[in-house]
Amino acid sequence: MANREEIMAKVSELIGPFNNKGVDLSASTTFQGDLEWDSLTVMDFVAAVEDEFDIIITMNMQAEIETVGQLADAVAKLMDS
Amino acid sequence: MTDLLSKFDPLIQERENLLATGVKDPFSLVMEEVLSPTVAVCNGKETILLGTYNYMGMTFDDDVRQAGLKALAEFGSGTTGSRVLNGTYSLHRDCEDALKEFYAMDHAMVFSTGYQANLGIISTLAGKGDYVILDIDSHASIYDGCAMGNAEIVAFRHNDVEALEKRLKRLPPEAGKLVVLEGVYSMLGDVAPLKEMVRICKENGAMVLVDEAHSMGFIGENGRGVCEEQGVIDDVDFIIGTFSKSVGTVGGFCVSNHPKFEILRLVCRPYVFTASLPPSVMATASTSIRKLMHSGNKRAHLWENSKKLHKGLRDLGFTLGTPEAQSAIIAVIMPDLEKGAMMWQALLAEGLYVNLARPPATPANMTLLRCSLCAEHTSEQVDQILGMFEAAGKAVGAIQLK
Repeated sequence: MANREEIMAKVSELIGPFNNKGVDLSASTTFQGDLEWDSLTVMDFVAAVEDEFDIIITMNMQAEIETVGQLADAVAKLMDS
Repeated sequence: MTDLLSKFDPLIQERENLLATGVKDPFSLVMEEVLSPTVAVCNGKETILLGTYNYMGMTFDDDVRQAGLKALAEFGSGTTGSRVLNGTYSLHRDCEDALKEFYAMDHAMVFSTGYQANLGIISTLAGKGDYVILDIDSHASIYDGCAMGNAEIVAFRHNDVEALEKRLKRLPPEAGKLVVLEGVYSMLGDVAPLKEMVRICKENGAMVLVDEAHSMGFIGENGRGVCEEQGVIDDVDFIIGTFSKSVGTVGGFCVSNHPKFEILRLVCRPYVFTASLPPSVMATASTSIRKLMHSGNKRAHLWENSKKLHKGLRDLGFTLGTPEAQSAIIAVIMPDLEKGAMMWQALLAEGLYVNLARPPATPANMTLLRCSLCAEHTSEQVDQILGMFEAAGKAVGAIQLK
């Protein structure tokens, strides 16, 4: 079972190269509002997360994920299933 | 009351800003007369058409037009009914026969548009619990087919074989999987590595659908598309296509060798719940498709045109969407929408029509001047076109003065 704190740390690390505005990250940081990512950045980032954890985050799931915390929860759930 | 149209205010503002710079609205062009597949009159001026999907120039073919006139006289102007009720005439069956002959496949199903063919086939094939795996740069009709269905949607990086393979391997082995690919991607005119991709799909138990809208009639020995050219057509489960490009009329279709294919006619909602195509459209489509089977010379000339335009534009200093000509589409990449609109207008003033393409239709927020060639463009017209690009490019500062 994956540790949520470890997942959060890893997710934050993966956000790094895409965090052009240098936004301080917390569980409530939003991808669209705070990080201002466009669809292409989202695509690249999602691919990085998928490869890191060896999971698939479907577009249906992506539509429900707005914050860094929600992403960590989704990753934890996908790794347990 | 909340104005439901207020969500479009940013787009309205962007358009107003663009028009305030003095450029004409690139999305409101009217063709007053159409003289041939390659020439029309716009704003009173004779204009070379380099932004249509009339790749094989069939719209003015004598046999095609005669077939349409005959069907209009004999069968009337429209069917006023669904294919599964009163909307199937002998002409619809004949058109499906023409498609079966063209692709050498067992089954063909004609839809009222290509958009509806993707919408219907994708949403019907992939149900709840199934997966659709698609290229991130897929056409709107593919995305809308996904949105209309209940499957899980997985996207992979454009034309990335390894990204596709990784995702297929992560999906549950027992789940139903439909991989949706395009032969030619219409924005940049680039071709998919179907040979590798189709092999990987088969190795991982996925069915494959290839949209060959922009390659039909042109690419492949018999014009069957990129999957024919790359030798994998027998492993493709479904091919989607359109009549509104090389065929030269309107309509869409799916062809397949799947033994249970015919059941789709009863369960595919965009096929059932709409009127079928008019008799004249079916007659023009069948005639055109059968002529396209024997158009090797036209295919060769279109390749010459495409290669010549690509080389000419590159030599002038334009940035293009592909390193070499891969299809009949040559995309010129512009730095931004304003420059793109200025260049578009300058070309129109020179007497040349191209497509201005902008996000969200384009990948990576690009603004493109999309040129699509026709087999009826003469070599001299391509020279003329290059001259117009040079003049317009220098006038608006899109290329350096030499």
